Formats: sequence, structure tokens, C-alpha cells
Amino acid sequence: MGSEFIVFLAVAIVAIGAAAGMALSRNALYSAMFLILNFACVAVLYLLLNAPFLAIAQVTIYTGAIMVLFVFVIMVLGAEKLPAGETRKEMAWQRPLALGLGGLLLIQAAYVIFTRVVSSSAAKLIDSSPLAIGRALFGPYLFPFEVASILLLAAMVGAVVLTRKE
Amino acid sequence: MNETTPYILLSALLFSIGAISVLTRRNAIMIFMSIELMLNSANLAFVAFAKQWGQLDGQLFVFFVMTVAAAEVAVGLALIVAIFRAKKGTDVDDLNVMKN
Repeated sequence: MGSEFIVFLAVAIVAIGAAAGMALSRNALYSAMFLILNFACVAVLYLLLNAPFLAIAQVTIYTGAIMVLFVFVIMVLGAEKLPAGETRKEMAWQRPLALGLGGLLLIQAAYVIFTRVVSSSAAKLIDSSPLAIGRALFGPYLFPFEVASILLLAAMVGAVVLTRKE
Repeated sequence: MNETTPYILLSALLFSIGAISVLTRRNAIMIFMSIELMLNSANLAFVAFAKQWGQLDGQLFVFFVMTVAAAEVAVGLALIVAIFRAKKGTDVDDLNVMKN
């Protein structure tokens, strides 16, 4: 614990604030920016959790590629302004119900974490360098790795087909 | 109480925020971003457990989740663009052509 825990606490507060800002913002573009801040915070947490390769992958893939795509689509469509009266009258009960269910989910998760998760700590810090991750990806995880490449190709072809002019 | 318990709790909190946002927002892009938040919180739990048990497999799973998220975003945003062209908006309440 010690200084590491203080860093965790500071980053966690920013991450929660960014997530809440994303959920509450009236502007889709501001929501995307809050989400980028949240992803950056999670990248710092990956560094604290001894996963430097994933921290860099988080920044390049999530904040670099995925969120750029989001911001690009929001700006191209001009859909950043969300209507003020977003909730319909006939669905007025939906918002409190969703809040209640979300709170229930959190309470359930906290209960399971505090009562069921087995207490343990690793004997030694694992080697999570890019070299070790590469060895695992091309060793025991070779088949999922190749499936992932086919999935990405299929997604790319699908995106091109879906956005093509008729 | 482990060293990684605060991380798991944070992951659960972020997941709940994402779930509430999915249930309350009506805009397809907002729902999509909330799903990204939920995927990301699951990734955080994976990495925390990888550290707790001293195994690399959790980190490799995060790698694959990121791949699937990237593929999902590409197809999902293409769908949203197609819907926006047809409906002039991305409100999920308007997407009821298969209802009758």
C-alpha cells in the first residue's frame, strides 16, 4: 500500500468522475471526451497493476483508435446535441427503475467481492514484459490470435459494406 | 481483503455506471459508449485478477477483449451511420420497423 494506494485513490476518483460525467452529459461530444479521460485513468491503473504493455495498448487502441472513430462519427453526423427532453412521458418510470437496478447490481457485486473472493496473493511478481506477452500470444494463444485477425478482417469488410451508398 | 480488492470494487462501480447509462440513455451513440465503459471495467477486473493470482493469462484475455471491442465499434458505428441516413436520427425509440 502506501504511496501506491494514494496514486490509486487519486486516479480512481478521476475515473469515477469521468464515468459519471459521461453518463450525465447532455452533449455526445463531451461524453466522448469524458470517456477518453476514463480510459486514460484505466491505463494508469494498468501500470499500477504491473501491466505496462496493456497500458500502452489501452492508450493506442482505446483512446487512439476507438474513441477517434466515435468522435469522427459524432462530428460527421452532427449528432452531438442531444435533445433536452430526452425522456419520453410514457417511459417516465424507466429512469428510477434503471437507477435502482444499477444500484442493486453494485450492491450484489460488492457483496460477492467481500464474501466470496478467495484471499490470496501471488508469491512473486509475474513477468509481463512485451516479450513474455508475445511468447504467450504465439505459443498457447496462437489459435485465438489467428481467430482475432479473421474477426478484424470480417469487421472491416462489414463496416465497408454497411456504409456503402446504395 | 486483498491488495487488488480496491481495483475490483472500482471495476464493479464503473460497470454499474455503464449499465445505468445503457438503461437510461435513448441515443444509440451514447448507449454504445456506455457499453465500451462496461467492457473496459471488465478488462480492469481481468488485469487485477492476473496480478492477484500471478498469472499472465488475464492480461492476454484483455488483449482479446480489446480486439473484439475494436471490431464491434467498427461494425456498430457503421450500423449507426446507416440508421442515421435512413431515420435522420439515432434515437433507439424510433427503431421499431420490425414491431408490426
